[in-house]
Amino acid sequence: MAWFKRTQKGIQTPTEHKKDVPKGLWYKSPTGKIVDAEQLESNFYVSPEDGYHVRIGSKEYFKILFDDNEFKELDKNMTSKDPLEFKDTKKYTDRLKAAEDKTGLKDAVRTAVGKSKGKDLVIACMDFSFIGGSMGSVVGEKIARGADYALKNKIPFMIISKSGGARMMEAALSLMQLAKTSVKLAQLAEAKIPYISLCTDPTTGGTTASFAMLGDINISEPGALIGFAGPRVVKDTTGKDLPDDFQTAEFVKEHGFLDFIVKRSELKNKVNLYLDLIQNQPVRK
Amino acid sequence: MEYLDFELPIKELEEQYEKACNIGSESEVDVTATCKQLEKKLKEKKKEIYKNLTAWQRVQLSRHPNRPYTLDYINAICGDTFLELHGDRNVKDDKAMIGGLGKIDDQSFMFIGQQKGYNTKTRQYRNFGMANPEGYRKALRLMKSAEKFGVPVVTFVDTPGAYPGMEAEERGQGEAIARNILEMTRLKVPIFVVIIGEGASGGALGIGVGDKVLMLENTWYSVISPESCSSILWRSWEYKEQAADALKLTAGDMKKQKLIDEIVKEPLGGAHSDREETFATVKKAIASSYDEFRNLSPTELVEKRMDKYLNMGVFKG
Repeated sequence: MAWFKRTQKGIQTPTEHKKDVPKGLWYKSPTGKIVDAEQLESNFYVSPEDGYHVRIGSKEYFKILFDDNEFKELDKNMTSKDPLEFKDTKKYTDRLKAAEDKTGLKDAVRTAVGKSKGKDLVIACMDFSFIGGSMGSVVGEKIARGADYALKNKIPFMIISKSGGARMMEAALSLMQLAKTSVKLAQLAEAKIPYISLCTDPTTGGTTASFAMLGDINISEPGALIGFAGPRVVKDTTGKDLPDDFQTAEFVKEHGFLDFIVKRSELKNKVNLYLDLIQNQPVRK
Repeated sequence: MEYLDFELPIKELEEQYEKACNIGSESEVDVTATCKQLEKKLKEKKKEIYKNLTAWQRVQLSRHPNRPYTLDYINAICGDTFLELHGDRNVKDDKAMIGGLGKIDDQSFMFIGQQKGYNTKTRQYRNFGMANPEGYRKALRLMKSAEKFGVPVVTFVDTPGAYPGMEAEERGQGEAIARNILEMTRLKVPIFVVIIGEGASGGALGIGVGDKVLMLENTWYSVISPESCSSILWRSWEYKEQAADALKLTAGDMKKQKLIDEIVKEPLGGAHSDREETFATVKKAIASSYDEFRNLSPTELVEKRMDKYLNMGVFKG
């Protein structure tokens, strides 16, 4: 016997009477906490109940770090070519087009200069939503040029990493971006300009094996995944069970590779405190 | 408050004093005179004891459980400008060795030091202030970063020794300390070393080479702890008092031997008896040391430092 008995047959609700909840009004964190989207935004995209740091992109990080969300974007229109005429299940050019249409971004990094707490800062921020934040020629070149801008104008430099690694569709050209970005970081170091690396969820592969681990300080957000080989690869290769906290920011800090972990709400303060201390300037309030 | 064996007469007087005061407040009896007398007696007793400390008693004071540790000093000196930095960029973040940037007035310093715990749990967490190789490598990384940006370095030494563990040997405890000593002799920024508790051997010197080495009044610094010395040379732990005397390990003795540069006075009864006063004195000592060295060029600074260490040692012929 059914629990409920339908007394009226053939109920039909006309479209105009249907109650529609627009998409994106609520956010559910991995532990199942529900938060209102607006509240999430005002809380630095951190779920207030469990402190889960939601993945965000350059738009949000620029807003968090630059005063009044004012900044000048560098090399805004640089886009990828398809030098290898790469094709897997899809053509690379089609993937690029699809990514651009979906995200409105030109590639997986945006670079900008602006004021943070009143002082200039150059930030290169990766976008995971653009082909997994993968690093190809554009990412490498924009980061190198961003660093160069910092070098020429003697402004501290910050990279916010969020990447699955190098971009396979540009093969070895991608690989060499590790070297290209490192050249610029070496020049920055030589000129004694501070470079801060913020590793966000996820920072893996080629980014970890280059700029993400080369900061004067390397910092991260709570719970972020940071590693070279992904956890699945490590597990398959070694055949060993991995600890629960494997490759979390906390694990990476414990093993000596992060200077500190910072909550997003404290990010702007801590970054600027470090810059004031290391450059022997008065601490900005 | 915990009392050491030689402090027991003080404890007795303090108890008497407290009792007398209690009687005064609970009954009509006038005890003002007695209280005053006891207070005077207490003061005299303290003077008598603390002005005539033996070497071993100073060793005991240097390990007093209430004594302030590295982070206590840094937090008191820098307030909320202190930014702790972690990790050796190699294998681990050593909890026995801490470091970070902070301000004294308008000047940034890189602070580094061994950290002890204040109860069983935190003592284990801090490995009793015994650093592993990664601790020394973390210290060196921070010193190099300070050098890069021209920030002077302050180290706080408080360790019963570098950790004598199997893994520490595997990862090169000796190499890590050696590398630090060498790099500290030629670091291009001023280094100030403050011995705030125990300065045991290579574990201490691994962050202890500097332009100016200051020792708090009730600390010790030597090539070995008095207990270990006793057990090796007397073949028994019972001779620690004699060993402490023989090693000439107190601040006064070390100054006489020209192995350290300055003694920092502690409040009567030791650093822990008036922590705020201790913090203020140490802060002042660091600031005035920096004033002495701030105008030297990196070349002059390194040359002076090297000369200082080249002149250590006593020999004939």
